Amino acid sequence: MTQPLRAPLEIGFDYTRSLGPTLSRFMAALADRRILGSRSADGRVYAPPFEFDPVTFEPPDDLVPVGPEGTVTTWSWAPQPLEGQPLARPFGWALIRLDGADTAMLHAVDAGSAAAMRTGMRVRPRWAGQRAGDIRDIVCFEPSTGAPEPDEVGTAEKASPMAGQAGQPEPVAMMSAPVRLHYEHTASPEESRFLRGLAEGRLLAQRCPVCGKVYIPPRGACPTDGVPTTDEVELPDHGIVTTFCVVNVDYPGQRVSAPYVAAAVLLDGADIPFQHLILGCDPDEVRMGMRVRAEWKPREEWGTTLENIDHFRPTGEPDAPYQTYAHHL
Amino acid sequence: MTDVAVIGFAQSPVERANDAATTNGVEMLVPIFAEVLQSTGLTKNDIGFWCSGSSDYLAGRAFSFVSAVDAIGAVPPVAESHVEMDAAWALYEAWVKILIGDADIALAYGFGKSSAGDLRRVLALQLDPYLLAPLWPDSVSIAALQARLGIEAGLWSEAEMADVAARNRAAAVANPRAQLSGEVSAQKLLGRPYVADPLRAHDCAPVGDGAAVVILASAERASELCQRPAWITGFEHRIDSAALGARDLTAAPSAADAARAAGAAGVDTAELHAPFTHQEILLRGALGLGDDVRVNPSGGVLCGNPMFAAGLARIGWAAQEIMSGRAGRALAHATSGPALQQNLVCVMEAR
Repeated sequence: MTQPLRAPLEIGFDYTRSLGPTLSRFMAALADRRILGSRSADGRVYAPPFEFDPVTFEPPDDLVPVGPEGTVTTWSWAPQPLEGQPLARPFGWALIRLDGADTAMLHAVDAGSAAAMRTGMRVRPRWAGQRAGDIRDIVCFEPSTGAPEPDEVGTAEKASPMAGQAGQPEPVAMMSAPVRLHYEHTASPEESRFLRGLAEGRLLAQRCPVCGKVYIPPRGACPTDGVPTTDEVELPDHGIVTTFCVVNVDYPGQRVSAPYVAAAVLLDGADIPFQHLILGCDPDEVRMGMRVRAEWKPREEWGTTLENIDHFRPTGEPDAPYQTYAHHL
Repeated sequence: MTDVAVIGFAQSPVERANDAATTNGVEMLVPIFAEVLQSTGLTKNDIGFWCSGSSDYLAGRAFSFVSAVDAIGAVPPVAESHVEMDAAWALYEAWVKILIGDADIALAYGFGKSSAGDLRRVLALQLDPYLLAPLWPDSVSIAALQARLGIEAGLWSEAEMADVAARNRAAAVANPRAQLSGEVSAQKLLGRPYVADPLRAHDCAPVGDGAAVVILASAERASELCQRPAWITGFEHRIDSAALGARDLTAAPSAADAARAAGAAGVDTAELHAPFTHQEILLRGALGLGDDVRVNPSGGVLCGNPMFAAGLARIGWAAQEIMSGRAGRALAHATSGPALQQNLVCVMEAR
């Protein structure tokens, strides 16, 4: 059996989140190189702060300063840091109980080697030069020497870019968290045959052995009967438009500029339409039932992709009667 | 309210980068649906409610749970639901559907292709999105923080953790669907390097692709469809705080609470969803399992951990022990979230 096709799949997006009143103040303080916690009704200080008291479920009254130094309560060692983690060289993950707090916060410790890590070690934050009001304003923690931070001396009064008129930092309302994920997508055996067929300019569908319906692109199972589709059927590169829309708004990544027509194209002999572009005529001329034919890219540009068909264009033949495709709508 | 029993279970083989496992799960699900329906003598039209557990983040495919419905053959339309959690929680929803009289027979399934991405990183996205996820702490490193806490508190040792790995791998020899199995000495395992000090590779469940399915039936239907149904006597789930540093990670209060509420006393067999060796030791204590309880006759998830199906499969394997006559009363456990944050306990017995 030939191997299924595989291809890299890169997914990237930024989550933008509103912070709410408590985390907003916590993040603003980070930009000001201060760490805040919240005191619960039972007197325990949580750092990072809770948004709702675990005892009374009320928002915290006031936030209290903690740290900046703290004690490692447990740690693990990351010999090969992963993308996005605080440090690119080997480092320790640690739960750190900041001075004055009863709970711990998770962060990285730049200790150099696992041998330098131990539970109970004293650490202090290393602040980012540019701070935005984000947990990553703390680059990492580092073993504390007991002496004041070198760049801390004489800067206590220096207002941060986030500081407001009265020395109170402006709340930070929003944060943005970039997400970058890398996958290897695997096509199913049926999809792989379909895609390899496209590379030869062929349209390979599959027929359900129970209901006889023909699916293109083929699926692993007939969605009506839930059984694998087994019989291969080659379809022609022409069919009809069942339904369509006129795209009037440009958006990033578009191949053609608006206005243009995106349509559900039902190939002759298929029982399911797929989406493609209709070009080669004015958008106003596109109709339900209109007969169309594939306009293939030059052969040397073909790959294992439906993009080998650049678009569909009208053939000029008479439209299909409505009844012949009504059940696809 | 009716009694409800597990009457069928099937699990796909668990493999890394399984070619038969695509991102939408259909190829993994079609054979196990066929297997479980055949074993129970049912057809898809007998199923009154379907519920799945999966996550699009796992393989980076939007609406994969909708694509997966192709494997059902949902014509005429079916009653269907989905949880973005391990399918053990889908089974809980199915159980409730039968209890309230909405269905007589319900099917829960879970699937996942963990190998499509970098599972350790993908799981960072389940963490607190403000304070934790932006640092991308990976699932193995977080489990390692928990492991060290227990080691330093004297609750378990690296040698005991290696014993857990060796015992599960030996048990998995009898499980043809396991990803890892074999006789291996704990001493030898301890000679291997750390992947996240204090965890070694054997302490962590392997990355694998797979799917599982369980069928539930009401009292009347269970008795006619199954010779020895696994009657559910308790089914509970609880959750601990999302604030990782505010939890006592050497305990799993939510697991203990769920076990108390489900009535876990008197079980002779248990299937635990412990993706890290120290978590099996922690859970034995939290769930109150004595030394006389057989734990993980399947080899557990240390020998095959299909994400979003592994917890459901624990219930399936425990039920299988009852249906086959090897167990009289069994506990199945499922977990979700970092360091055993959320826990589910299902207790079943023969009658």
